[in-house]
Amino acid sequence: MTQAGGGSPQAVGLQPRLPQDLVPGLEPTDRIFHGAATVVGMSVLAITGAIGLFLGYQSIPTLHHYGLHFFTQVEWQPELNKIGIAAVLVGTFEVALVAMAVAFPLALMLALFITDYAPTRVKSWLVSAVDLMAAVPSIIYGLWGFFLLQPHAIKLARWLSQYFGWFPLFHVDTDANAAVWQQSRYTSSAFIAGLAVAMMAIPLACAVMRAVFDQAPLGEREAAMALGGTRFGVVKTVVLPFAKGGIIGGTMLALGRALGETAAVLIIISPAYEIKARILEAGTQTVSALIAANFGNATASQLKALLTAGFVLFLITLAVNTGAAVFIRRSRSGAGTEI
Amino acid sequence: MRTGFAEPDARPSADLLHASSQAFNKVTERAEPRRPGARVDAVEVSAWFGQVKVLDDVTLSMPAATVTALIGPSGCGKSTFLRILNRMHESVPGAQLAGEVHLNGDDIYAPGHRVTLVRKRIGMVFQKPNPFPAMSIANNVTAGLALTNVRVSRSERADLVEECLLRAGLWNEVRDRLERAGATLSGGQQQRLCIARALAVGPEVLLMDEPCSALDPSSTRRIEETIAELSAQVTIVIVTHNMQQAARVSQQAAFFLAEQGSPGGIVESGPTAQLFDNPSDIRTADYVHGRFG
Repeated sequence: MTQAGGGSPQAVGLQPRLPQDLVPGLEPTDRIFHGAATVVGMSVLAITGAIGLFLGYQSIPTLHHYGLHFFTQVEWQPELNKIGIAAVLVGTFEVALVAMAVAFPLALMLALFITDYAPTRVKSWLVSAVDLMAAVPSIIYGLWGFFLLQPHAIKLARWLSQYFGWFPLFHVDTDANAAVWQQSRYTSSAFIAGLAVAMMAIPLACAVMRAVFDQAPLGEREAAMALGGTRFGVVKTVVLPFAKGGIIGGTMLALGRALGETAAVLIIISPAYEIKARILEAGTQTVSALIAANFGNATASQLKALLTAGFVLFLITLAVNTGAAVFIRRSRSGAGTEI
Repeated sequence: MRTGFAEPDARPSADLLHASSQAFNKVTERAEPRRPGARVDAVEVSAWFGQVKVLDDVTLSMPAATVTALIGPSGCGKSTFLRILNRMHESVPGAQLAGEVHLNGDDIYAPGHRVTLVRKRIGMVFQKPNPFPAMSIANNVTAGLALTNVRVSRSERADLVEECLLRAGLWNEVRDRLERAGATLSGGQQQRLCIARALAVGPEVLLMDEPCSALDPSSTRRIEETIAELSAQVTIVIVTHNMQQAARVSQQAAFFLAEQGSPGGIVESGPTAQLFDNPSDIRTADYVHGRFG
């Protein structure tokens, strides 16, 4: 009933009508589904929050006892009462960064090929293949990395240290030019673990990138084509600028995955507690591999220390993933994308 | 004769119209946009999307430096026809084509012609304004140069930006904010920016696919004025649903129609005045007088 309906009795009143909140009408079936969806959605949040709280609570004794030394102590030798994650954190990031250095260009090229170059028939096959890559258990990648990749990767590692050994990252503490070279110095390194983890990061990064590349507006693509642009020109002018946020976000999401990767890393690396930049050299340690390797025969207080390391990893991953979400949402391409 | 785009060589060539007058693949110099437009001749053009035939045997001449309007109800194939004229049709998967399109006598579909050079000579303005939103206004104008790897000096570039924006009737509104993003303009301004962008690569022909259908009446009027000013320099082919617009801006017109279940084709073409005042086909008369469509 509108104000214009001057004949209606309500409109005659002198006092102005007050605004009222409008509640969207819900049918009974909507109400049931609404309730169920709310419960499920909230329980996911609750579980994640509970994990964080549990880890945080378990960390209190360790952090109380070791204080900041927990972050600065290099060695992890509970029997000597030396507990610290300085070297482990460095190792974690080294493995993850090697993985991302390999995964980022491959995922980017793969996603561009799928969205902009592949024939339609190949496209759907490729998408399935990439999805399958994500579904392969990480232990398989670990075995692959250890038995198939490592014997070849050490040759690349040696070549890198021969020619780029002057650069701290590629230095290995052995004679790279020796006639009989010490192969074992190049095995079980952050580099090789990173290669295996890259295989797991690629599908994740590629999926996000593909989604945002596909959303690049057809109008702008056609505009670039109609101006005489090549396909590469369209990619450079329209697709990449549009997808910038998605590229960064997808990469960070994959980084979050790489930081927490356990089984493959555990198989490949040999544990070493040392802060070093030499990623090609045997021996490193990551937080998740540390926990997986040690929780079985840990005492109660050692277990709490491991959980504290887990808590730190949880916080780092949370920060990285939140950063990824912010990047994707703020970008033009991400406005409609959920990750 | 029907050919997928994968094997353009399989199409027999017809010896029609003018002989080649200039080497087609000579890179068009953007610095001479004042050259009068080229004539475009579509010869027995048919088109398919997959198994569906959407255009049947269309032959139409679009004279140089005139405005040709393509009119007709929705789904009659006029936009498809327009996209065939600058080889945008083939960017749709499954698209097929038969027939020839001559630009000053050269078949643009002949083997050996590079599609990027064809599109550079035959520019296009789309239904929805599509500036590159993150680029500045000035960079939008020169985007075609970057896309086609034409290098210009800074001063040449500034001159070109001014010239194209002037020709598109946008200069006075944006001269003080050339570095702002293209997306900050209104819809009508964005469309004129797209016209300026298309002009910057020096096309001889400008195709316009319902350029005003997303715009308000006053923006539409500005675009129509721009079209009138440009028509002396470039050949313009415009698709429009608006009869009055077709009557206002064009000298030549073609009426497309797709009858129930059959592909689209041209019912009648000729001088616009004749098509509107004295059509020879009853269907044309019915359409231009608003009795259907």
